[in-house]
Amino acid sequence: MIKLEHMSKYYGPYPAVLDVSFEVLKGEIVGFLGPNGAGKTTTMRVLTGYTPPTRGDAVVAGYNIVSHSLDARRHIGYLPETVPLYLDMTVTDYLKYMGSLRGMNRSWINERVPKVIDTVRLNDYRDALVGKLSKGFRQRTGIAQAILHEPDVLILDEPTIGIDPIQVVETRELISELGEDHTLLLSSHILPEVSMICRRVLVIHDGRIVADDRPNNLSERLQHSERIELTIRGAEPRAVIGEMRDLPMVVDARRDNRAESVARAERDGTLPLIVDARPNAQATEVIANKVIEQGWGLVNLTPLPLTLEEIFLELTTEEDLG
Amino acid sequence: MRFIWYIANKEVRTYFASPMAYVVSAAFLAITGFFFVASVSDAFSEASIRGFLAGAVFFMIFMSPAITMRLLAEEQKIGTLELLLTSPVREFEIVLGKFLSAFITVLAMLVLSLYFVILLFVYGIPDVGPILTGYLGLVLYAAATLAIGLFASALSPNQIVGLVVGAGLLTGLTIIDFVSDRVTGITSEILDALQLGASFSVFDLDSFGVAESGHFADFARGILSVGDVVYYLSITAVFLMLTVIALETRRWR
Ligand SMILES: Nc1ncnc2c1ncn2[C@@H]1O[C@H](COP(=O)(O)OP(=O)(O)OP(=O)(O)O)[C@@H](O)[C@H]1O
Ligand SMILES: [Mg+2]
Repeated sequence: MIKLEHMSKYYGPYPAVLDVSFEVLKGEIVGFLGPNGAGKTTTMRVLTGYTPPTRGDAVVAGYNIVSHSLDARRHIGYLPETVPLYLDMTVTDYLKYMGSLRGMNRSWINERVPKVIDTVRLNDYRDALVGKLSKGFRQRTGIAQAILHEPDVLILDEPTIGIDPIQVVETRELISELGEDHTLLLSSHILPEVSMICRRVLVIHDGRIVADDRPNNLSERLQHSERIELTIRGAEPRAVIGEMRDLPMVVDARRDNRAESVARAERDGTLPLIVDARPNAQATEVIANKVIEQGWGLVNLTPLPLTLEEIFLELTTEEDLG
Repeated sequence: MRFIWYIANKEVRTYFASPMAYVVSAAFLAITGFFFVASVSDAFSEASIRGFLAGAVFFMIFMSPAITMRLLAEEQKIGTLELLLTSPVREFEIVLGKFLSAFITVLAMLVLSLYFVILLFVYGIPDVGPILTGYLGLVLYAAATLAIGLFASALSPNQIVGLVVGAGLLTGLTIIDFVSDRVTGITSEILDALQLGASFSVFDLDSFGVAESGHFADFARGILSVGDVVYYLSITAVFLMLTVIALETRRWR
């Protein structure tokens, strides 16, 4: 339903999103998790056709968002981060207007608007001015316009940000219900929120996807997540991987299959590996000693710059107000 | 295409739900009424709408950008432009819808101003030709000034910027003859050809409100020239296109 292929988005010389690829299948509920400035909004703006990607492709509901933009947009329901509403309209008039802009005909609008108002539980406020609603109710109005035209894909950008705790709980329940019959991409910087609603989480940091997993696997990886790049010359792969795995603090050792590492290895005749180790166990020192002891050539031994753990430290893990 | 109508319809409703609509309409009728009375009150003056036309052409320099300033600036400010641009609506439909709403608003004011024409027929025997061409000219002139105002509104999320830039562009195009008088040859002709409104005589009571130069002058005299019609239509089209481009470049920012 959603497919991003090597998508990059630059603002001037600065990449806000860099070479991001992922796919969301029909019916999936995917959380898009990342700290402030990670590139969540930018990615969603590309997916919704608001802004074109600098490089790469985005396909939504089977339509390329640049070359078949109107077709793609017809199948998307979008709640921007700012929850844009016309404050001087009533909830009903606002929804009718948004419906007409989505190309819905009058009878469809008249049928859908009361239903959607019921879904987001705004029945008592259908004739209230949007500007007079509380923040949480405005958020619901925003969600209502996103689901109005029964879109295949629902994209919600931080739908619980800035609303009070009780309304946050209600909004999450509402989103979980929506997930039952929509393909849903939901951004957030609150880890427990995403775990609650989603069965799959994409973690984005500094414009790159750094993890794509089930929420409980993510928490597991969180407990042992020091990742080290190791390149060796003159050794048999199986022996190296075996020795590494035998080290007490090493959780896993495997070949580094990233394209650029493989290319470099072929050129230099070296063996690239990725070693996952428990944090705070001086893993690099122990690995270095081991390599020297075995008489292998140590070409490269680098802790990867940012582990998942560090990224998660920037995320809100507490149930606070967002 | 129907999106154009949906957008125009919504904007007209929003506009007439605000006090702004009535304040601006009242000011329009008051200012043009003043010019109208000044031009016909002299015992020897002819029964014509030239004073009304002079007032309208002058006042629209400020009124048109005031009507359009909200239209695209506010959508940017409150973020609803993001919803518009992610709906299956094209930029030109947004621009034409917004333009149409402003145009309908001004047409409504022009209908109200027919009150002056009725007065002329009650108290005198006016020449029908200049009234018809005058109103046609005013409709075209309104379209051109609103297109310029709408363009200014697309440039920034700030309404006041839209008003100042719009009124500035219109003033520049109106007083361009000050410059063209001081240069010669082809430059002077090009500048003259660009002059939007008209210089009206307002100092001499005998010729009060008589247009002297600019594309509006012939309309006020009862002469319909293709060049003037094409000029106003071109200005309208060019600035509507520039507005579409301004919206498209918003996407890249
Ligand atoms: N229009 C823009 N012009 C220039 N830079 C921008 C623009 N929009 C975003 N950026 C930059 O791109 C990066 C990614 O921003 P983005 O808004 O996508 O992050 P985010 O993950 O949504 O963050 P948040 O949690 O704060 O909403 C940030 O560093 C931001 O400063
Ligand atoms: Mg954001």
